[in-house]
Amino acid sequence: MAMLEVKNLSKSFGSTEVLKDISFTVEKGEVWAIIGPSGSGKSTLLRCINQLEKASGGEIKVCGKDMLIKNEKGKTVYAPPSVLRDIRLNIGLVFQNFNLFPHMNVLRNITEAPVRVLKKNRSEAEKTAMELLGKMGLSDKAKAYPCELSGGQQQRVSIARALALNPEMLFFDEPTSALDPELTGEILKVIKELAAEGMTMVIVTHEMGFARDVADHILFMEGGVIADEGTPEKLFGENASERTKQFLQRFKNN
Amino acid sequence: MSAEEIRKVFMILLKYLVPTLKVFGFTLLYSIPLGMIVALLKMCRVKLISWITNIYILIMRGTPLMLQIIVAYYAVPMLKQSENLPGFLNNMLSAVNIQDESFMFNAVIVAFTLNYAAYFAEIFRGGIESIPKGQYEAAASLSMNKLQTFFHVILPQVVKRVVPASANEIITLVKDTSLANVVAYAEITMKAKQQMQNYSSLIPLFIAGLFYFVLAMILTVISASVEKKLNYYK
Repeated sequence: MAMLEVKNLSKSFGSTEVLKDISFTVEKGEVWAIIGPSGSGKSTLLRCINQLEKASGGEIKVCGKDMLIKNEKGKTVYAPPSVLRDIRLNIGLVFQNFNLFPHMNVLRNITEAPVRVLKKNRSEAEKTAMELLGKMGLSDKAKAYPCELSGGQQQRVSIARALALNPEMLFFDEPTSALDPELTGEILKVIKELAAEGMTMVIVTHEMGFARDVADHILFMEGGVIADEGTPEKLFGENASERTKQFLQRFKNN
Repeated sequence: MSAEEIRKVFMILLKYLVPTLKVFGFTLLYSIPLGMIVALLKMCRVKLISWITNIYILIMRGTPLMLQIIVAYYAVPMLKQSENLPGFLNNMLSAVNIQDESFMFNAVIVAFTLNYAAYFAEIFRGGIESIPKGQYEAAASLSMNKLQTFFHVILPQVVKRVVPASANEIITLVKDTSLANVVAYAEITMKAKQQMQNYSSLIPLFIAGLFYFVLAMILTVISASVEKKLNYYK
């Protein structure tokens, strides 16, 4: 079953086109990695699907529901607000800078949306939150405030926060880029575990080894277009395009 | 002045601490919520609204509070005298009884509230704008609506950021209440001036000063403890 269908998606900021004619389909349980140089539109792509940016053209379907369509006149229009809200609940987003709520403790950060948005009762939401924290290895941090945690711990809390709404899909926008190299491992481990459980995920990342290990499919973006795509075996192998090889070469040298 | 006279003056001024505190309390009660509304209006995307709000803030901060109090006090009787006023304004004015005892107090409160709301608005706007965009995006990605985001994510963080600057304004307000004496509103400074003339002594003025000083001290202690309380996160 297709969880995410993107067709001919485009996005411009003023006269600058940052996404051009992007099309791909993510099936249930797949893990997609999006790689590419800075400014290639990777994050913008995630943000458009998550409604943090307005797309300029194209079509997006999430879990079979139309989010962005072309109407009879060929104009790109969004679904009505109530549908957009439902669609958004299907996708959890993990940010590069965690964006935890600093004034709430860890437990509150995770339960806030289930209580306010899904109208769950607090004790039920807290039970779920504690289970998620257990899974993230942070059971003892429930009462801590984000400022008392390491970057890696904060990112694990933000993953738990996204999972608390029970989304169908999880998006990661460079989840390890703000972390010290020795802390990236703990985040990558969590993502691998989620992949093993069958979570559908789209991950924008600069961790090439990780993308190769965990992804079923890799998109290589450059200049707002999909420059190359395929299985890790293809992109990291001899059949990759010259440009992909050149890009990946830089990472091998590091 | 004898010790007995000083005691007497002290008791008189203590009695007039009440009208001073009334101006202080009611101004805070009205100007803080109004300031929040003005801050939001100034950030409004409709250019006309933010432009009008800006003019209001410019006038309030650009002219002396004392002048504003005088205008608020004399505006109604002056306008009542003039003829060809639009009908709705006439109706509004005729509803105000300038003989009424509360008229003076109300005029003073209107001037103080409008003035202080402008200052609070700028403090609150600064606080709201200092919240990182990521907080709005995180709330949006969790499907929180605009009101939920404002009241549960943004506002609590704004409160912490505006406490020091607001405390500054509030302490200034305690001392600014003395400006109400310009329209003969009977409060501590006015009474102290009368007692000074009665006794030909500066001591009543020093006693008045002591009252303000103690009030400012109390507010300083309160604001420091509030700041400390909000320090549970960074």
